[in-house]
Amino acid sequence: METVLAFLCGIIAAASIYLMLSGNLIRFIFGLVLATNAVNLLIFVSGRLFPTRPPLIAEGAKVATKPLANALPQALILTAIVIGFALLSFVFILFYRTYQCLQTVDTESMRVAEPPEEEENTAKDPGSTSSAQEEAK
Amino acid sequence: MNALLVSPIILPLITAAITLGFRNYPARSNLISLLGSLLQLLACAMLFIQVIEKGIQVVQVGNWPAPFGITLAADHLSAILLLVTAILGFAVTLYSRAEIDTELLRSGYHPLLNILLAGVCGAFLTGDLFNLYVWFEVMLMASFGLLVLPQEKKQFDGGVKYVMINLFSTLLFITGIGLLYGSTGTLNLADLHLAIQEMNSPGLLAAIAAIFLTAFGIKAGMFPLFFWLPVSYPTPPVAISAILAGLLTKVGVYALIRLFTLVFIFNLSYTHGLLLVGAVATMISGVLGAAAYEEFRRILSFHIISQVGYMILGLALFTPLALAGAVFYLLHHMIVKANLFLISGIAARISGSFELKELGGLYKSHYFLALLFFIPAFSLAGFPPFSGFWAKLILVRAGLEVQAYGAATAAVIVGLLTTYSMTKIWKEAFWKPSPREKDEREKGRAVEAPNIWMLLPVSLLAGLTLLIGLVPSPFLAVAEKAAHELTHPEIYVNAVLGAK
Repeated sequence: METVLAFLCGIIAAASIYLMLSGNLIRFIFGLVLATNAVNLLIFVSGRLFPTRPPLIAEGAKVATKPLANALPQALILTAIVIGFALLSFVFILFYRTYQCLQTVDTESMRVAEPPEEEENTAKDPGSTSSAQEEAK
Repeated sequence: MNALLVSPIILPLITAAITLGFRNYPARSNLISLLGSLLQLLACAMLFIQVIEKGIQVVQVGNWPAPFGITLAADHLSAILLLVTAILGFAVTLYSRAEIDTELLRSGYHPLLNILLAGVCGAFLTGDLFNLYVWFEVMLMASFGLLVLPQEKKQFDGGVKYVMINLFSTLLFITGIGLLYGSTGTLNLADLHLAIQEMNSPGLLAAIAAIFLTAFGIKAGMFPLFFWLPVSYPTPPVAISAILAGLLTKVGVYALIRLFTLVFIFNLSYTHGLLLVGAVATMISGVLGAAAYEEFRRILSFHIISQVGYMILGLALFTPLALAGAVFYLLHHMIVKANLFLISGIAARISGSFELKELGGLYKSHYFLALLFFIPAFSLAGFPPFSGFWAKLILVRAGLEVQAYGAATAAVIVGLLTTYSMTKIWKEAFWKPSPREKDEREKGRAVEAPNIWMLLPVSLLAGLTLLIGLVPSPFLAVAEKAAHELTHPEIYVNAVLGAK
């Protein structure tokens, strides 16, 4: 079971990295969602998987007699999911506003904050570099 | 329970909550934020004194005993960094009065700034790896918000790149946490130190160490993972650039120092060899990048990278002297770098631009500002008697002691090249006649005078730099104590887990 999940993590991670590297903001978000899930799965597996019972101790007893499931990785994943969700919603808004502002989702054509490249950039789009300088003022 | 240890985290959070309520009242929210940062400074100073007097301070949050609950621990390194963080927070809050307009205050500038400070302090204090992740997230969220706060084109561009790479590094960080937990069964840093020695799979451990190195390397701006930094730091308002430049990469460096002195010390030739190569490459590429550009804040951003290289060099050499050098360097660099960013803001306020081409004549028109720039700039370059000289001297000496001649030579050469770009700024912005004088139309325009709220924090930080430079011995003594604790992890472990 653990081997299967390990391979699954690897496949999801590979797909997410492919998406993240494709230079498109929308694809980056999908890659991010996948990567978060791959990591959560990894933490889940790192707590080991046994056919055990929920971590509840019988009434009256002080310690558990039978092996119990490890509850900590699940707490970690829960935290990671909450944080990941908050980050994701922030990223959605940020990318949407960026799209509104820059009129592109292609990361290659976002050059406003980069230093002006001498020949290439002035020939291609003199508008964006000069507007960047104006904004710097 | 030691309340002092929790206060550096709680105080900024309280300030954030109150200023959030008052965000539509600029004067009041400025005042509250200033008060909050003063209290924070006081709390961090008291904690610092307590750590100096009594050694490592530990709190088990919620009274859960050590490896099970979350531990907050302040050793000398944490205490120094907390104090500097509070000083920077105070200086930047002062500076914000002059720079941050009502619009930004309404969008929540002060709450975000204070949450950022809380996140940074939390990261410095925590003794638990997963908790460190949480504080990193708090800090990152606040910095994401701050970076795109004015909502202009270039901030979105810089912000998107910053967010993308930092999210990826966060994912790497938590992957490392998962793997480390899977192989040791604990996340308490002190407990990890013990558990890792009983582990018998050096290959897996080396892989985990490399994952952490990459994750924190991205945050610290280490070679070859620094490309986001010079794009995003020069875009927001100066006060925000200054606090990000002063604190964020340094949290990455802190995390590297903490993990690679406490947890990953099983295979020094591998991990610290990697760090050494990374450190030298970081120093050189950062300083060369700075030489190539003509924009005030972009030059400073590239210098952050080269300076991070020095700190990691101290960690990589891994002798008590080298670590003391790294701690001293952190202390000196945070103050100097934030100050230089603030000064770039004053220069831009006077001349209306960050481009060196359009700056000029500042020496003639503003002597005092020139003096204020001179101190941190040549401290950064490592001129005696400023603080950077001692920091570089210790690191070079530490390098020579362990026969790392290549690294020591690189440190000296990078220092020289730093002088080159600082003299470039000095020559262009201060000595060169102002380009405006040639322009007839501009001649009559009144020059905007720097505000007292701008000069006050800058003078404060420059004074501190001068103080560290002229009287280095007490600061050095504290750095040596911090290094002693870092090279003897059992002190930290005993303090957290209780002596056995």
